[in-house]
Amino acid sequence: MSQISRRFLLISAAAASLLPTVVPALTQGSAQSLVDKAVADINRIIATGSSEAAMIQQFQGIFDRYADQPYIAAYAMGPDARRATPAQKAAFSDAFGRYLTAKYGRRFREFIGGKVVVTGAKPVKNWIEVYAQVNLAGKAPFAVTFYVSDRTGRDLFFNLAVEGVSMLLSEREEIGALLDKNRGDIDAMIAELRRLA
Amino acid sequence: MYPSSLRLALCLMTATLLAACTAPEVTQTINDPYEKQNRAVHEFNKKLDTAILKPLSGAGGEGGGMVLKTVGNVAGNLDTPRMVVNDLLQANVEDAGHNFMRLLINSTFGIAGLFDPATAWGLPSRYSDFGETMHVWGASEGVYQELPLLGPSTTRDTAGRMVDLFLNPLSYAVTAPETYYIAGSKAVSTLSARGEYADSVDDVLYGSADSYAQTRLLYLQNRRFQLGQTVEAEEEDPFALDTEGF
Repeated sequence: MSQISRRFLLISAAAASLLPTVVPALTQGSAQSLVDKAVADINRIIATGSSEAAMIQQFQGIFDRYADQPYIAAYAMGPDARRATPAQKAAFSDAFGRYLTAKYGRRFREFIGGKVVVTGAKPVKNWIEVYAQVNLAGKAPFAVTFYVSDRTGRDLFFNLAVEGVSMLLSEREEIGALLDKNRGDIDAMIAELRRLA
Repeated sequence: MYPSSLRLALCLMTATLLAACTAPEVTQTINDPYEKQNRAVHEFNKKLDTAILKPLSGAGGEGGGMVLKTVGNVAGNLDTPRMVVNDLLQANVEDAGHNFMRLLINSTFGIAGLFDPATAWGLPSRYSDFGETMHVWGASEGVYQELPLLGPSTTRDTAGRMVDLFLNPLSYAVTAPETYYIAGSKAVSTLSARGEYADSVDDVLYGSADSYAQTRLLYLQNRRFQLGQTVEAEEEDPFALDTEGF
């Protein structure tokens, strides 16, 4: 090895040690591979055709692994989060997560015999949208969009939309309505959420 | 009584005028100045669903579902010429051809529309209506409405529905009693759709804290998606939200 290249190696090694650890950035490819992995898990669950309770359990696993849960909970609570205590926020996060997986997990049996196919990805502002098509036997296919960001340092979903209908918006509306129903009482709203899960 | 072509022309004109007069395009938010009246209609529709649609759509179990689906197929097939007309009015030749192929396949191999082999062969319906045609022509959405029996709509889409009543070439080709069969199959197809999407409809109507608000949100988002409108203001920056404590 020549002197120059040895010195170059030493210098670049020194420089690299000074740089902060390189965090893999969110790219179309990484977002799409996240969705591919989640979709593979979903397709596997659908294929087992297990009982509803078992599917909800497995769906909870997917949600834990791939979803930005703090973001989803904070979004759903909306501006009311500003007057919530840390204990209320934590309790809400927990209750809301259970409610969400039960609500959407229940619907999983509709997908039995179906298939989710990822069709593409596109960067939008500071997140990436991954497009998928759900094909159910004998029905017109429908579009699902997954929203992926690396806000937390990891690539995670923070929303999904079915035929243009956003889960985040629906849930913010629902939590707002639950709060109204309970005259703005956050604790009462959380208690009702637990009953719904 | 006007001759039917004159009636159609009048309808087209009225609808376009109506749409042109409504408020400027609001694709970002919910424009619902008649919420009070709409909520009253929603309560009526919900009662109707509880009393009639929900029990009837689930009646007869699997077998009943099959019958409803078959009548739904017939109605869908009879409705396809109307979609082709709208595709052509939108200068969307591709969808016009696609829907026309569906009509041919389902009318022949599908035995006069009893079955829907076109969907199985990779030609699912590409829905189209006169509300969409008006959108393509530049009409704005207007305000949100919930119509008795028919459900959620907007000023533009309500005008579109009225025009669509006269836009099916079939209705000019047949006379009574065939016209009643068409109307009847259409009514039954509503039940078929209610049965097919039972869980989704039940979730929204009976499982949410405010079914009116959920229906409105669902309809507007889905309709804008269908028409290819983006709803950017609704998308918040994931980095801007304070998630401390959650």
